[in-house]
Amino acid sequence: MSVQRSTVIFAWILLLPAVLYVTVIVAYPLVDTFILSFTDASLKKTTNWVGWANYDKIFNETFAEVIFRTFIWTFFSVSIKMIIGVFGATMLNAAVPGRALFRLLTMPPWIVPMAIGIFMWGWMYNGQFGMISGVLQNLGLSNGPIAFLAHGSTAFWATIITDVWIGVPLVTLYMLAAMQAIPQDLYEAAWTDGAGRLYRFRRITLPLLIPSLITMSMLSLIATFNSFDIIWILTQGGPNGETTTMIIDTYRTAIGSKKYGEGAARAVLICIFLSIFCFAYFRVTSRLAAGEQK
Amino acid sequence: MINRYRWYELLGIYAGIFVFLCFILAPFVEGFLVSLKPLGLLFSSPYRFWPQNGSFAAYSTMWVSVPGFARYIFNSFFISTIVTAIVLILVIPAAYAFARFNFRGAGLLLGAFLAVNMFSGAVLLIPLFRLMRTFGVLNTYLAMIVPGVAFLIPSAIWLLRTYMMRIPRELDEAAFVDGASHFYTLRRVILPIAMPGITVVAITTFIGAYAQQFIYALTFNSKSEYMPLPVGLFAYFGRQEVVWNELMAASFVGIAPAVVVIFLLQRYLVSGLTAGAVKQ
Repeated sequence: MSVQRSTVIFAWILLLPAVLYVTVIVAYPLVDTFILSFTDASLKKTTNWVGWANYDKIFNETFAEVIFRTFIWTFFSVSIKMIIGVFGATMLNAAVPGRALFRLLTMPPWIVPMAIGIFMWGWMYNGQFGMISGVLQNLGLSNGPIAFLAHGSTAFWATIITDVWIGVPLVTLYMLAAMQAIPQDLYEAAWTDGAGRLYRFRRITLPLLIPSLITMSMLSLIATFNSFDIIWILTQGGPNGETTTMIIDTYRTAIGSKKYGEGAARAVLICIFLSIFCFAYFRVTSRLAAGEQK
Repeated sequence: MINRYRWYELLGIYAGIFVFLCFILAPFVEGFLVSLKPLGLLFSSPYRFWPQNGSFAAYSTMWVSVPGFARYIFNSFFISTIVTAIVLILVIPAAYAFARFNFRGAGLLLGAFLAVNMFSGAVLLIPLFRLMRTFGVLNTYLAMIVPGVAFLIPSAIWLLRTYMMRIPRELDEAAFVDGASHFYTLRRVILPIAMPGITVVAITTFIGAYAQQFIYALTFNSKSEYMPLPVGLFAYFGRQEVVWNELMAASFVGIAPAVVVIFLLQRYLVSGLTAGAVKQ
């Protein structure tokens, strides 16, 4: 046996446990979801093949609306995360006393168990006793208590804000790292030429940040599209289904109503959307990498 | 000097940081103040920011009204520790293989691992539920551990692979020339040098496992003795109303260990988080 050959075998032995694990726990369920989506699987003992019936059904119901809402929800959440993240990173990148502490203080929403952060927001959104409604009333911006989670439109934004809050630390730290990777001599050269701070930010920082910004938006898009805990704990998709995203609807159908088949069809649609995002992500990042090498 | 700020620039920066941190920390401040307020005063209009007659009473009554609470914290730690251990056992050899050996399909396989990241457990919940039922592990710790591990593997592989690629190849080659086997090289040469990287991966994996154990615990386990913290906290949601001050107190007690860990390890955390992300 050649050295080359034994090396390859050794590499595969090293990889085998992880590959097997992911195959059983991720790949097999993925295939199973696909198969289930063509059946009427439920708690019943028998399962029948029903063809495209589950897909017909979900498009005849309100699911189109759910898809549309999911995209709007995701779009706003990701955009706001990016804006606040870049803003935060810019501030934390400034060489001012105390910045090490400030950086540390951005981490808690990401570190703390998600459910706990969400409980805190749940209280803040409370109309009678919560902070946001209370402060708005004290400032005279609102005449009476606003129960943010009780009305469709405010609940929609409330869940977005909480999702932003949980996602912002990671975006901020990532953008901060990207800013610090920009060569310092670029700034010094511009400074010598008399370029002001804002000009340097606009002409050096922002353009060089774009690859990281794109990468992070794509990763954030995938995570946000999958967001479950926040909406489930705050509103369970209510009121009147106004915060029901695809994930919530899938969970409710499959686990709540035990309609595994119909739930699986919804999950397959989510997978299709995610694959499109993922494909776009790989295309964009490989193009960016190619651009760097030129 | 380039980094010297004028007073109004400094003012602007601190104002910006203040607004940013207000958004980040407001829920914690509010949550902490709520934990100090007596329940009766909590439900009183008009809204008051500072607690009147504030006390730490909720921090002692919370143990009485939900006797299982200490158990929930233990469960959270236990589940996260086991998850981290399994992830490390699976990921260290895999990351080494990706970092060192050029075999056919390596890029494709790495891509496949990363693609796992895009499916949250929520999408695969139905078959996972059936799978757990087939394994007969529903309502046990394993029901929460097994799926948790799978979704933490991709980022761990990515991080550790990046770290291992920085270890000079000459080290393996020297060991190899001296007649060391592949396995011996991994164990005696690579592992000790990669320890800082492994530590970072262990920390981020632990935090991931600790922060994200909601959906599996909600769906695959209904026994309260196995519940982790995030689901256990629902015990404070009574039939009539939520015992908010105790819920918040319990949340802070539950957070405390994680916060301590962060303060001790923050240096590793920031570098670890970004090591795999940004090219240098």
